[in-house]
Amino acid sequence: MNLRKRRRLGESIIQGFLFVCGAISILTTLGIVYELGKESLLFFSSPEVSLLDFLTKTTWQPAIGQFGVLSLVNSTLMTTFFAMLIALPLGLGAAIYLSEYATPRTRAVLKPTLEILAGVPTVVCGYFALTFMTPLLRAIFGAQNVQIYNTLSAGLVMGIMILPLVSSMSEDALNAVPRSLREAAFGLGATRLETTVRVVVPAALSGIIAAFIIGISRAVGETMIVAVAAGSGPRFTFNPFLGAETMTGYIARISGGDLAYDTPDYNSIFAIGLLLFLITLGLNFLSRYLVRKYREVYE
Amino acid sequence: MNSELFSDQSARSEKLAARHRTGKGWQRMFFASTLIAIVALTVLLLSILNQTAGLVASENKVDPAALSAQPLEELSSSQLITILQDNLTKLRLRAMEREKSLAERSQADLYDQVIERVVQPQIVASYHLLPSVTNRQAILDEVSRQYPEAHVKFKFWLNADFLTSSMSSNAELAGVRTALFGSLYMILITILFAFPIGVGAAIYLEEYASNTSRINRFIQTNIDNLAGVPSIVYGILGLAIFVRALGNITSGAIFGLENDNGRTLLSAGLTMALLILPILIINAQEAIRAVPGSLRQAAYGLGATRWQTIWHHVLPYSLSGILTGTILAVSRAIGETAPLIIVGASTFITQDPTGPFSRFTALPIQIYNWTTRPQDQFRNIAAAAIIVLLIALLSLNAAAILLRNRFSRRST
Repeated sequence: MNLRKRRRLGESIIQGFLFVCGAISILTTLGIVYELGKESLLFFSSPEVSLLDFLTKTTWQPAIGQFGVLSLVNSTLMTTFFAMLIALPLGLGAAIYLSEYATPRTRAVLKPTLEILAGVPTVVCGYFALTFMTPLLRAIFGAQNVQIYNTLSAGLVMGIMILPLVSSMSEDALNAVPRSLREAAFGLGATRLETTVRVVVPAALSGIIAAFIIGISRAVGETMIVAVAAGSGPRFTFNPFLGAETMTGYIARISGGDLAYDTPDYNSIFAIGLLLFLITLGLNFLSRYLVRKYREVYE
Repeated sequence: MNSELFSDQSARSEKLAARHRTGKGWQRMFFASTLIAIVALTVLLLSILNQTAGLVASENKVDPAALSAQPLEELSSSQLITILQDNLTKLRLRAMEREKSLAERSQADLYDQVIERVVQPQIVASYHLLPSVTNRQAILDEVSRQYPEAHVKFKFWLNADFLTSSMSSNAELAGVRTALFGSLYMILITILFAFPIGVGAAIYLEEYASNTSRINRFIQTNIDNLAGVPSIVYGILGLAIFVRALGNITSGAIFGLENDNGRTLLSAGLTMALLILPILIINAQEAIRAVPGSLRQAAYGLGATRWQTIWHHVLPYSLSGILTGTILAVSRAIGETAPLIIVGASTFITQDPTGPFSRFTALPIQIYNWTTRPQDQFRNIAAAAIIVLLIALLSLNAAAILLRNRFSRRST
């Protein structure tokens, strides 16, 4: 009997098919880069648009030929800032509570609730921002100061939505710190707070920072909350009570409208989409790099 | 010597008490952070429920009492047809006849038509649940002051009519039927494409690919990156590739159907499939990784080929994890709106989708559309639609948890 390994055609075919499945993901990335790149090139090659103006000017009025993207970027940054103001401290606090202080019974109740919050669709959060948060802000700060569409309410609700993500990633990082470190600190007479703040959190810092950066990346790419609650006119302002359209809100508005396919107005959504893709890709790379470089490995 | 060690014990114990106090204070802050999230979730759900029911003031264009002495529901079909013929224009009557002959319509259908086209109720004011229950008299007074012709009734915006009617520009009559069907068909297409490809890719990455090969590590990094790309970029990708470049296929023109663009269910389903593919792959990978190596080694030891091991041993063992991951990915896809806006979901179609090449709308799109309308009563039906969406998500997640519990019991 020939005991050499026989080549089976069926196995090779199946392996090839499975490899193609895996490679489809590469096709997706190539597709994103190719399409965004091609249409952006079309956009930048049209005579009324210049790359320098695009990146440095602050007026975005395609109807009169003004293509300065900074107003959209500024309002994206503002909503992200308010979102992070809520999501980062509260997310880290919740993670610390769940990982260090909560009894298993409390954790069994609180964790699923946080996961439910994470599962709420973003359009529902947008509805919440428009119908609850904006009237609340108007009641607090005065209806004449706060417009109906404003970046503050969108940012705050976005923060609440991202909180569970930051919390669960930070909690994973905190749980990965071995128990022996905590026990050693207790043995030296530290209180639980001192252990957490001076031993556990620094040990898990890379994972926590990664969670923060992923949270920021999520806030930058968020569309529906800002499309519903932040307004539909680009405006370069630092006043959070005014409405200002973000990059994602602009893409949603233009593609939902009736513009013809090959005008510079329409192609601008590809340029902005490319900018958005590069920003989030950069943030994701940064977070993974930080984790790899600064992660403490314990035996 | 004892006295030296314990000489400043009071100072030390004071400091210790202060440290414990600080610790307790911060513990309460950390607990408050968790609580804020839960409070936010509760407030969100309550505020949605608050807008789902309440008092409504509506005015009729034509008073039903003027049409007939008896209540309209009790009239016979022929009497209703007489009312229609007396009150509608010839043009409208002919259009109705063309759609379906008046004589063939049921009494319920004719009653609906009389209400919609002759009586024409218009909502002039709507109120939330909490004020409707606690402040009822004040609302009634205000309505009788501002809208003397209107009558007030308590309305549940989420009712059977809401689920079975199609779109309308009148908030009172609008329903989510077309949106529900659109979402359902889209999810079916999404699962049809994403499940085989996702599970196949996961099997390849876990079983066949060696970690040292560059292309395999590149595929893995690539999938991790794709999981973090915002959903709107997937929408742009879907627009560029499925709607425009492959417009011939997705609009059905290649099969001879009359369609002018690719903004169809098929494009939307494929775009969503691309969106959830990375999550599905990552979850399936974790499920396959959890299969113990001893199972595989035992199969190899008996002479099985790699595919036989996978098909007969690894996959059945990891099936519950894969299915849970799929259901989680699908529940994400149901709630996504941004890619659908870009790929071209309509916001106003009244016909149910008939196949993969039809125009469509979806539940999140309707919620978005109704939320952004200026009139108040559209917020109410947006709230009702949100409840429908949340119930769908809740049942999906409950199914996932049940599946996980049932299958994991079996394998141990």
